Amino acid sequence: MSVAKSLPHDAARLHVTGTARYVDDIPTPANALHLAFGKSAIARGQIDAMNLHEVKSAPGVVAVLVAGDLPFANDVSPSAHDEPMLSDGSVHYVGQPIFLVVATSHLAARKAATLGQIKYIEETPILTIEDALAADTRFEEGPRIYEKGDAETAIKGAARVVEGTFEIGGQEHFYLEGQAALAFPQEGGDMLVHSSTQHPTEIQHKVAEALGVPMHGVRVEIRRMGGGFGGKESQGNALAVSCAVAARLTGKPCKMRYDRDDDMIITGKRHDFRISYRAGFDENGRIAGVSFMQYTRCGWAQDLSLPVADRAMLHSDNAYLLPACRIESHRLKTNMQSATAYRGFGGPQGMIAIERVLDHIAHDLGKDPVEVRCLNYYAARADGSGASGGDISNQNENNTTPYGMAVEDFELHGMTAALLASSDYAVRRAAVAEWNASHDTIKKGIAFSPVKFGISFTLTFLNQAGALVHVYQDGSVHLNHGGTEMGQGLFQKVAQVAASRFGIGLDTVKITATDTAKVPNTSATAASSGSDLNGMAVKAACDTIRERMASYLAELHQADVRTVRFADGNVIIGETVYSFAEAAALSYQGRVSLSATGFYKTPKVEWDRIKGHGRPFFYFAYGASITEVAVDTLTGENRILRTDILHDAGASLNPDLDIGQVEGAYVQGAGWLTTEELVWDEAGALRTHAPSTYKIPACSDRPDIFNVALWDAENPEDTIYRSKAVGEPPFMLGISAFLALSDAISACGDSYPALDAPATSEQVWATIQKVRNGI
Amino acid sequence: MSNIHVTTTVNGDEVEFLCDPRETLLDALRDKLNLTGAKEGCGTGDCGACSVTMDGRLVCSCLVLGAEAEGKQIATVEGIADGETLHPLQQKFIEYAALQCGICTPGILVATKALLEKNPDPTETEVRYWLAGNLCRCTGYDKIIRAVMDTAADLRRAS
Ligand code: FES
Ligand code: FES
Repeated sequence: MSVAKSLPHDAARLHVTGTARYVDDIPTPANALHLAFGKSAIARGQIDAMNLHEVKSAPGVVAVLVAGDLPFANDVSPSAHDEPMLSDGSVHYVGQPIFLVVATSHLAARKAATLGQIKYIEETPILTIEDALAADTRFEEGPRIYEKGDAETAIKGAARVVEGTFEIGGQEHFYLEGQAALAFPQEGGDMLVHSSTQHPTEIQHKVAEALGVPMHGVRVEIRRMGGGFGGKESQGNALAVSCAVAARLTGKPCKMRYDRDDDMIITGKRHDFRISYRAGFDENGRIAGVSFMQYTRCGWAQDLSLPVADRAMLHSDNAYLLPACRIESHRLKTNMQSATAYRGFGGPQGMIAIERVLDHIAHDLGKDPVEVRCLNYYAARADGSGASGGDISNQNENNTTPYGMAVEDFELHGMTAALLASSDYAVRRAAVAEWNASHDTIKKGIAFSPVKFGISFTLTFLNQAGALVHVYQDGSVHLNHGGTEMGQGLFQKVAQVAASRFGIGLDTVKITATDTAKVPNTSATAASSGSDLNGMAVKAACDTIRERMASYLAELHQADVRTVRFADGNVIIGETVYSFAEAAALSYQGRVSLSATGFYKTPKVEWDRIKGHGRPFFYFAYGASITEVAVDTLTGENRILRTDILHDAGASLNPDLDIGQVEGAYVQGAGWLTTEELVWDEAGALRTHAPSTYKIPACSDRPDIFNVALWDAENPEDTIYRSKAVGEPPFMLGISAFLALSDAISACGDSYPALDAPATSEQVWATIQKVRNGI
Repeated sequence: MSNIHVTTTVNGDEVEFLCDPRETLLDALRDKLNLTGAKEGCGTGDCGACSVTMDGRLVCSCLVLGAEAEGKQIATVEGIADGETLHPLQQKFIEYAALQCGICTPGILVATKALLEKNPDPTETEVRYWLAGNLCRCTGYDKIIRAVMDTAADLRRAS
């Protein structure tokens, strides 16, 4: 069997030799043209006059397009049709595309794009949460509210109450490969588009709308992305559509890639949030009720903000049974980039708020935060596995989330106990306390945080996938499915599934580019669902072919079809052993169809997002982490000294790839909460638009000691080989780094360190001053 | 502006190209010589995805002009393997799963090879700070460091 094996990434050899092709590496004919956007210089207003004369006469420029030149739809929105690709006369953020330059080189296009002379009638931009609330600019008619029980009464009746307000910054994806697309015009007005996208079907859809052709006139292909993280779910639409429109206009191949600054200035990022909380609890720290007020700045267009904000609400419980809970969510429209999908999709923001509450409660009671967390955990899995250390009394109350879903697969009791032991938590916590008692300048902190993350698209119909598998007469297998490869190792995992179904080696399976002409109507590779959905669809396709081969061969040998086995590269019927290639050749000669599609839809999910009730998730994935940090109290500078992680990937399809996901996600999550700060100025311009000003973790920032292990337990739900999704859940393990900084700061004084995120050195330093002054 | 004629050596082979005087070495490699292993991650010398060596010195090719390559020895990721035989560093990166999306990998391999040529016995801290200019958004760096440390140990044993 090829599953449950640590096999390298499918293209590893291509990567190390520099021969793996990304969109920008695809050879183009010499007559190919290059595109760049002319961008808005103001955050809000109307275009009064536009003089593009200099742009048009700049060297190398072939054409310049404005909205009126577009032949059909001028929209690149994934949902609400509220996102004109080129300004329709109104301007909504600094960096908004206004005109499109088509030129003979990338450099010529970019240089010309700076030459537009645009006169605006400026309006006061809506930039802050206060601005948006005052002007009542928002998506949806008002806030969404999810409720369980009567939180207000529960809080009032509780022995103790904590409350606070917490700012949580956004995050730039910083996929190392920027957005890119390349369109080749075909005969009869058809278009072939290569796009660095997580969502080829949506690219196909938007390009078809823009060209005024049915979807069958557009083919979108993507072999791999250089990172996606959610940033290529909808943000590639504008480039692909531009290329297609320009290719149609000029009859030449057209390529567009954003350089890093354009990428950061134009595209959306993780939503920032402000969350206020009030929590009532007893003297032991058991929560009676919690109330959250969430505000998020969604930027100028709706994009995916509604499901993102929903998911933030849906993770407001994280791992804790909240007897009464109220979550109110405001989705504010502001004059900034349109915030978009980013690994975790709102979940991290919701989750960190409840972790903040638990931390605050523990501080209030002077207890170890781990103890308070465990006390409030959901009850353990009913079959008792993962139950060690579990608090059975929780089972008496009904074990449901604030949105009414029963938690049936809770793994964290066992995982927490195991991680506390393997990381030597108790001893190290005592050592940290001892260190802090005897050192004034460098303070240490240590913190634990758990993750419970819901797996499935909350828009239920998206939970479907298709696959196409061919077996050729020489026994080689061609594999295609709707998922996209962005480094997560999806292609390899799915190929492992195919190889296992046929009982053959992976070298026999050809992994091919995602292609809308092979598998139609796909969902984005997002919500961590890639291997869950596509693995199942591929399994279905392989099983169809296998059954056809088996029944033909069984008939040939007058054997019972149930006795035909596919194993070790062979097909075995009683005494007869054929190689898989021989079996394929025989089947072909016997006129057996060796090509099949497969389809899968996730069972059990049913969700009403307006009521906030139902089962949005098929299952939960779990994780736990402990981070230890050191902080220089004179400057706020800090380091991660050690991180220990235990993560639940179910029965892992490929432990090496999964551990890689966990490590990368933790570092990215820690980056979000520490060094990665987005700064917009008073005029609404993003000032942090390159790696020179926006600091993602570097090699030197990685934890000094980094122990990562997988929790070995099968998914109780019937997923592909009982594995669990692993793309997003470990991102939130980074919360422990933030809490560890908070813990270190709390050694500087008595008051609770109300640390905002990101905890940059400045933020840490400022919070230390507040704690020292008892604020 | 008239183009400049440049003669240089890339991975041991003498090559010639014509380039705009403002064109970077990165663009010349990618667009003129079809060596697309070096990538543009930022174009400003901050990410290391475009790393190559020029006369043995590690440089960001996005900060070097194509014209500056005249008469120099350039080495890129495409020249690390010996034909079909991978360099030990490349093998270890595969073995350790030290890559995900892989777009940082060429730059990191070039940078690491340059380090090991200078310093065959680096400490972990030296590796980490040497590679601090090579950003990777996917891996979290741990497997990269382990692959590099193990390769260094192997190469020392072999020499
Ligand atoms: S592209 Fe040269 S350092 Fe980033
Ligand atoms: S593997 Fe994706 S940036 Fe390093």
